[in-house]
Amino acid sequence: MEKKSSSFANLFLLFIFVILYAPIFYLIFYSFNSGGTMSHFEGFTLDWYRELLQDTRLLIIVLNTLVIALLSALIATVTGVLGAIGIRSYKRRQTRNTLLSLNNVLIVSPDVIIGASFLILFTMAGIQLGFYSVLLSHIAFSIPIVVLMVLPKLMEMSPSLEDAARDLGASNWNVLTKVTLPYIAPGIFAGFFMALTYSLDDFAVTFFVTGNGFSTLSVEIYSLARRGVSLNINALSTLMFVITVIFVVVYYYLATRSGTKGANLRR
Amino acid sequence: MQNKTFRHLFMLPYALWIILFVIAPILLVVYFSFFDIHGNFSLTNYKNFFTATYLQMTLNSFWYAFLITVISLLVAYPTAYILTRTRHKQLWLLLIIVPSWINLLLKAYAFIGIFGTHGAANQFLEWVGIGSRQLLFTDFSFVFVAVYIFIPFMILPIFNALDKLNPSLLYAASDLGASKWTTFRRVIFPLTLDGVKSGCQVVFIPALSLFMLTRLIAGNRVITLGTAIEQQFLVTQNWGMGATIAVFLIIIMVGFMALTSIRRRGV
Amino acid sequence: MKALNRSFLVILVISIALLITINRLNASQGFSGDNTLTVYNWGDYIDQDVIKQFEEETGITVIYETFDSNEAMMTKIQQGGTTYDIAVPSEYTIEKMVEEDLLYELDHSKIPNLQYIDERFLNLPFDEGNRYSIPYFWGTVGIIFNPELLPEGMEITGWHDLWDPRLENQILLVDGAREIMGMGLNSLGYSLNDTNPEHLYETLDHLEKLTPNIRAIVGDENKMLMVGNEAMVAVGWSGDAADIMWENEAMDYVVPEEGSNLWFDNFVIPKTAKNIEGAHEFINFMLDPEISAQNTEYVSYSTPNKEALKYMPEEMVNDERFYPDAALTDKLEVYENLGKENLAFYNELFLQFKMYRK
Repeated sequence: MEKKSSSFANLFLLFIFVILYAPIFYLIFYSFNSGGTMSHFEGFTLDWYRELLQDTRLLIIVLNTLVIALLSALIATVTGVLGAIGIRSYKRRQTRNTLLSLNNVLIVSPDVIIGASFLILFTMAGIQLGFYSVLLSHIAFSIPIVVLMVLPKLMEMSPSLEDAARDLGASNWNVLTKVTLPYIAPGIFAGFFMALTYSLDDFAVTFFVTGNGFSTLSVEIYSLARRGVSLNINALSTLMFVITVIFVVVYYYLATRSGTKGANLRR
Repeated sequence: MQNKTFRHLFMLPYALWIILFVIAPILLVVYFSFFDIHGNFSLTNYKNFFTATYLQMTLNSFWYAFLITVISLLVAYPTAYILTRTRHKQLWLLLIIVPSWINLLLKAYAFIGIFGTHGAANQFLEWVGIGSRQLLFTDFSFVFVAVYIFIPFMILPIFNALDKLNPSLLYAASDLGASKWTTFRRVIFPLTLDGVKSGCQVVFIPALSLFMLTRLIAGNRVITLGTAIEQQFLVTQNWGMGATIAVFLIIIMVGFMALTSIRRRGV
Repeated sequence: MKALNRSFLVILVISIALLITINRLNASQGFSGDNTLTVYNWGDYIDQDVIKQFEEETGITVIYETFDSNEAMMTKIQQGGTTYDIAVPSEYTIEKMVEEDLLYELDHSKIPNLQYIDERFLNLPFDEGNRYSIPYFWGTVGIIFNPELLPEGMEITGWHDLWDPRLENQILLVDGAREIMGMGLNSLGYSLNDTNPEHLYETLDHLEKLTPNIRAIVGDENKMLMVGNEAMVAVGWSGDAADIMWENEAMDYVVPEEGSNLWFDNFVIPKTAKNIEGAHEFINFMLDPEISAQNTEYVSYSTPNKEALKYMPEEMVNDERFYPDAALTDKLEVYENLGKENLAFYNELFLQFKMYRK
């Protein structure tokens, strides 16, 4: 049953991957351009990479970006998962819908509004703008996407599973860690990765709530737009992309080696 | 009873988040929406919203968000389905997410290069014999790039829903003589409906307030509510009007959530 | 659960390792020291070598932060919570910032190099007596085009040429209400600071006739599009033109004969400043003719520093497109602050113009 359609299916998948990676390879291609723009390719050079390696300021910005993305996604995932479990526990559909609508307000609000209102909040609360204000904001706008990723998994889980565990004398904590969390793990991972995407991509909110020398890659790239984004940013993206892919492949390899085959990412 | 305290404990960080980062900003936005450009309390902004320009914009936002969601779904569903049947499915899934970690502005620039008059896409069309045409600044390229950006968000929840379908269900269906289409329509699709709904939510809701791409890829040929808010907040500095549009965005979102609310199994 | 726990720990450990690295790097660069100066500027709008020279000369460590629009920058400064010592707003923003009391008055005795600035660019209506601001770069709004692509025998000298039917679907406009409405007003012979509603509606009508020629209304990506020959003509700032011509020598730029806008980016000291002494030192340093010349060669916008011109390559200084003579500069107008209501009206008309074009 699986074999019959596989050649067509593989072709389709290949097509999707080609499209997904086309702009990225475009960026990578021009990172070796000795001309100054992404319009014509004049000749091969590694100058942009050389320039990049000497730029400590940019290195700090990249590291800032990564820390913010990882930490905010992590904290948002924990909060979001707990929130989703909480939302499910409400029996009335009305209550759940209200909570979910509130949950999604930040997804529907354009970044400028979120940024401006967070800025007002932080200055009212007297929080120094910088690392912590950016981290808090990133956590805040990543939580809803985690909830949305986790909730369908939670909803499809039959409550009898947890009830049975409880009947067998499991404590609440045990039910959570032994039954619920393992079951919804794929949703949790999905939520984490999407939170990562949100954080890495965000420009407007970060712009508003940052300060005192703290900057992220997105803010830097957008502010370069007026003068034209230089190709060393392409070189930087290339490096980050290659490292990420290596990391992903190695992680997958280790995960499948050490556990039962293929199941580790999910369980 | 004990259950309830456990639940409250769970909800605490999430509830805190809702109060600080959702309710407080909403109140702020609603408050701002009642002030006209001179800072006087009035309903002018709401009156202004119900003029041809803004209603047309609302319609635009709706239409494009709808298009983007439907096309994303049509591409994402088969992709997710095929992915669940590959050998290293978790790895492939991760590789689908990886492109979304590259900066959006850079990817948009890459698309400008690809879709440009002398870009790769046109060279391909020329080579195939169709001949080059204007791709950039058209509805086609706009929807294409928007779908490109949202597709991982659609694939993930659908993948998670498909992935844990019990294969014996499918065998049972085919044993009972159901055709592939019937199996899909009667068994597979209904069982993955929650994933589909959640995918539609995470695409449709942010697509409503899409902005940047409307300028970068569509050359301001498409003007949505997101663009208008951006303009009102940053250029005109008429925060009242910007806030008013945001209020309407939130109302539309709530409506959409009610329409696609996820039911809980087994209750 | 094991995988969840492990992933959680791995991420936590990586984050902590990164945080430690960042702290080390920041310390090694002196960014966390006491003697710092925070400069808030557009991205890539200064030669980093100049900053290094300043640091060596004064012992002050410069922290360079960037913004991408005047309005966003102003909102940040207005809300506080930051410590910007220097900012570089455009002229129309300065008036607003003064109104909102966001700027310190400059102490001219600490900026002796002010003498090198061309009088043409001092004492302008947006800041009379230069109490709050010193010009950094200036430029015009004009037409960028590729003469090789233009239809046979076509020449571009002013705004009126844009309405030529031979340019169908070949014009990129910049996405700015003041710029485009100003273009329309100028081409009808009005001032680009006109607020007479009749004139403005007339302008909208006139602009709508341009619709068939417009390929797109774009932002900063116009440089990339023009270099890639996506369109024949673009309306934009002279700074963009300089960048485009740098990449593609075939390109040309013209300041329209009907008149156009003269803009300035200026140094100011926001009220958020902590190191006011250092900020004055920085401004004075940047006005030093040799430093200014070096910086101008890097940025390639037009400098208001007349002494600096002597240190710059002749072909740059003699380029009338970027250093127009007095006869043309007299026709140029600086944007006046029209007030919130008029600005909103401009934007409303521009929005209508954008909405109803197909």
